[in-house]
Amino acid sequence: MSFYTTLPLHVVLTSLVASIVMLCIPERLHYWRIGVNLTAAILKLLLVGIMLIGVARGDEFGFRFEMMPGISFYLHADALTMLLSLLSALLWLVTTIYAIGYLKGTPNRRRFFACFSLCVAATMGIAVAGNLFTFFIFYELLTISTWPLVVHTGTREALRAGASYLAYTLFGGGLFLLGIIGLHVVSGESQFTPGGFVTPEMADPFVLRVLFLLLFFGTAVKSAMVPFHGWLPKAMVAPSPVSALLHAVAVVKAGAFGIVRLVYDVYGLDMTLALGMSTVVAVMAGITIIYGSLRALFEDGLKARLAWSTVSQVSYIALGIGIAGPLATIGGLVHLVHQGLMKITLFFCVGAITHTTGVKRVSEIDGMGRRMPLTMLAFSVAALGMIGLPPMAGFVSKLYLGVGAVERGAWWVLGVLVASTLLNAAYFLPILGRAWFAEPVDHHLRREASAPLLYPALFTASLTIGAGILAGMSYSPLQWVIVIAGRFYR
Amino acid sequence: MFENAETVMALLIFLPLLAALGCILAGPAWWQNLLMVTTVAFQMVLAYQLAGIVRTAGTQIATLGAHQLPLAIALRADGLATLMIALTAVVSFATAAYACGWATTESAGHGTALRSLLLMLLSGISALFLADDLFNVYVTLEITTLAAVALVILAPGAGAAEAAMRYLLMAIFGSLLYLLGVALLYAETGQLSMHQLTGQLPPVLTLQVSLLLMTAGLGIKAAMFPVHAWLPAAHASAPSAGSALLSALVAKGAVYLILRIWTGPFAGVWTAEAAQMFAALGIAGMLYAAMQALQQNSIKRVVAYSTVAQIGYLPLLMALPSSEAWLGAAFHAMSHGLAKAGLFLAAGNLVAVHGDDHIWRLSGSGRRMGLNTLAIGMASISLIGLPPSGGFVAKWWLVQAALATGQWWWAVALGIGSLLAAAYLLRLLGYAMRELHPHELLVESSEAPLSQAMLWPPFLLALAALLVSLLGEPLGRLILVGAPPEWTP
Repeated sequence: MSFYTTLPLHVVLTSLVASIVMLCIPERLHYWRIGVNLTAAILKLLLVGIMLIGVARGDEFGFRFEMMPGISFYLHADALTMLLSLLSALLWLVTTIYAIGYLKGTPNRRRFFACFSLCVAATMGIAVAGNLFTFFIFYELLTISTWPLVVHTGTREALRAGASYLAYTLFGGGLFLLGIIGLHVVSGESQFTPGGFVTPEMADPFVLRVLFLLLFFGTAVKSAMVPFHGWLPKAMVAPSPVSALLHAVAVVKAGAFGIVRLVYDVYGLDMTLALGMSTVVAVMAGITIIYGSLRALFEDGLKARLAWSTVSQVSYIALGIGIAGPLATIGGLVHLVHQGLMKITLFFCVGAITHTTGVKRVSEIDGMGRRMPLTMLAFSVAALGMIGLPPMAGFVSKLYLGVGAVERGAWWVLGVLVASTLLNAAYFLPILGRAWFAEPVDHHLRREASAPLLYPALFTASLTIGAGILAGMSYSPLQWVIVIAGRFYR
Repeated sequence: MFENAETVMALLIFLPLLAALGCILAGPAWWQNLLMVTTVAFQMVLAYQLAGIVRTAGTQIATLGAHQLPLAIALRADGLATLMIALTAVVSFATAAYACGWATTESAGHGTALRSLLLMLLSGISALFLADDLFNVYVTLEITTLAAVALVILAPGAGAAEAAMRYLLMAIFGSLLYLLGVALLYAETGQLSMHQLTGQLPPVLTLQVSLLLMTAGLGIKAAMFPVHAWLPAAHASAPSAGSALLSALVAKGAVYLILRIWTGPFAGVWTAEAAQMFAALGIAGMLYAAMQALQQNSIKRVVAYSTVAQIGYLPLLMALPSSEAWLGAAFHAMSHGLAKAGLFLAAGNLVAVHGDDHIWRLSGSGRRMGLNTLAIGMASISLIGLPPSGGFVAKWWLVQAALATGQWWWAVALGIGSLLAAAYLLRLLGYAMRELHPHELLVESSEAPLSQAMLWPPFLLALAALLVSLLGEPLGRLILVGAPPEWTP
């Protein structure tokens, strides 16, 4: 076991150790904490980069530790792992910079950044988990570590949102655990295998269906699929960097990633289709997409509108998986990255606007394009990407999803896509219109957000364009996803 | 040194007793503290030694005194007993360290009593876990109970005295029932050695009555639903070091004996229906106590009700005859002991700072008492059963046992229990995260008045509960040493 082959462990440990170290640093030593945080974030990005090259070359990574007799803690790295781990490592660094600027001068920063790091460690763990047991450990760690972030401000509203968040996620965790142990009983110890390890001989189809639904509902809670979405809009009370991370990489992505693992590496595509479960996933995703967009339309709060938009957009991933064709899968998986880039940009911008000007509502945003042109530029790029306009990243996702649906003959999905695109336009374009073309209510001077709030947003916005324009280059998210999909569909 | 299991077991029982005498006899406070802490530290070494012997050489049976069985006092150390001995040593060590700090703060004049009672309790509970003869078990139960009741009275106030009185009366009633059961068994078989009776007893009515009496008696002492009412009062009013031992070890000692006699000598006496009913009673108690815990406004009462709830899981073992259930029950007992002791000590720190433990005292404590709040959080994670804690490993095994034997309803019950535990424990943590309004800020309340000896034990206990799962594999092998045949793989 060399350092190189156990890299999956080290990418988790970098932020885990950073979290513990930051907890030990006294509250007032801000610069020490920032130093530790940024060092760990950069180190992690480097390690993930090395791992990415290794995985592309076909090197084997793994770390195994027998935790209970017959049950191992197992970490590995495959192509799918890299999708989430690179995204979270990159966005952790960016979000940390943003959060340092955002929370400057507020209390409880020690607790905040320690939990923030722990949350990233958990996400990384979810990416590198090699079996369901390990996946679950990090899945619950994510729940625990995000709760203090959601209730960070300590207000009554925040605590209520936190309680709702825990009620949903712990309930989901309970379902997931029952599913895992049930599957463990019928299949013995098994790790994620491309093509799945569940076979029809293992148990009665009814039992297999029940277990699939337990696992699926368990992940659907975190990815906020209707009817398990209630916590997400409430969790908006969290500080903006938290919302950014929660909506783009951490919680909802953990759920979506879980669905990907469940369908491709646990049950396998063939079993999922044979049990009729793909349809369940696709239909639930379709309902969520439409419902989330409709609700976003009627929200006036900027963050609330974005939250409902997340509910809707994350389910594109599940939709792509549920359609169960190669092209749709590519569309769904690549959206895992694209949605992350676009949504984090949107939250960065809204956070910067609120932090700088105090504006929280769509109805107050008139003329914002003149007051904060660069911030609004980043916002517009990401919003247009969400709608699916070329050349932004969102267009690529929607294109593959649409073509994939036609390929499988699932015409209703096209309807969902068109309706959702129209709705996306309906709730994003008014914001852009007001910001750029409406007269400002009062003539404030032009004042951009401070550098740590502005540059992360500009950076992720440019990635949004880059991922769209350069989708054809090797190592672009799209090409990487095509490699992954190639392993599921030969 | 101490290669001999007999010596180790004898030392485990008599050393704390001698040290208790030493504390009573004389010496300044620092000398008594030193004596107590070194004794308990040595207890951990002995426990480690015993675990080594049991793991390599299997179950150990030792007789004290020069007599042969059945006259001699027989001790038996198998995997489960050794685990409980180790738990006892660890929890006692942390509590003893805590007591050193406590004795200098609130309880002027009670220091000596606290130290000697703590050591006496340690001796009694160690003997209880090792005893093989059912009458010796009775003796150890009485030693433990008396020490425990006396610990409750140490707290000031009429409430504590009343709670102690109720506790004493209930415990004596329980002892009588137990003794009656033992007498019936002796009349029927003429033997009381657990390991010699194992596999011998037929399912006849006299023995079934005997089992029922013994279970009822021990059930009262363990505060199992529906005879639990004395526990929250007693555990909540005792001095926190005492509460920690009472909840983590004493209540568990009685459940341990129930599991022992059901799975050992009486294994052939009860029917599957009886086991299902017993498990159902345990789960009912778990649900009831969890609902009660949700409504308490004193932290120590929440924690005490949580003990009643957590004990309710253990009878599940009888309904689930598989090695996973054995592992799960043992792991549950251990991680609950660690976490619960940590939680009580952390609550004790709040009492030490504020003078009471109303749930509002937690407000804003995330900032003012960071380490203490972290301890509460980590202990809660284990009690809820979230990964990677010891409580999670326990839940995993129990759920796996339930699903593997096709009794999915127990798995669902375990899940509901976890969610309820999350509800009442996270309610506490919610208060801790609350920001205080400036006018609510109290004069000067921080960790400052707490000595290091009071600050670290709860944290370390909670950390142990959280990370004990990393030892899941070696501990799992230890636990299965000498497990009854239906519960071995």
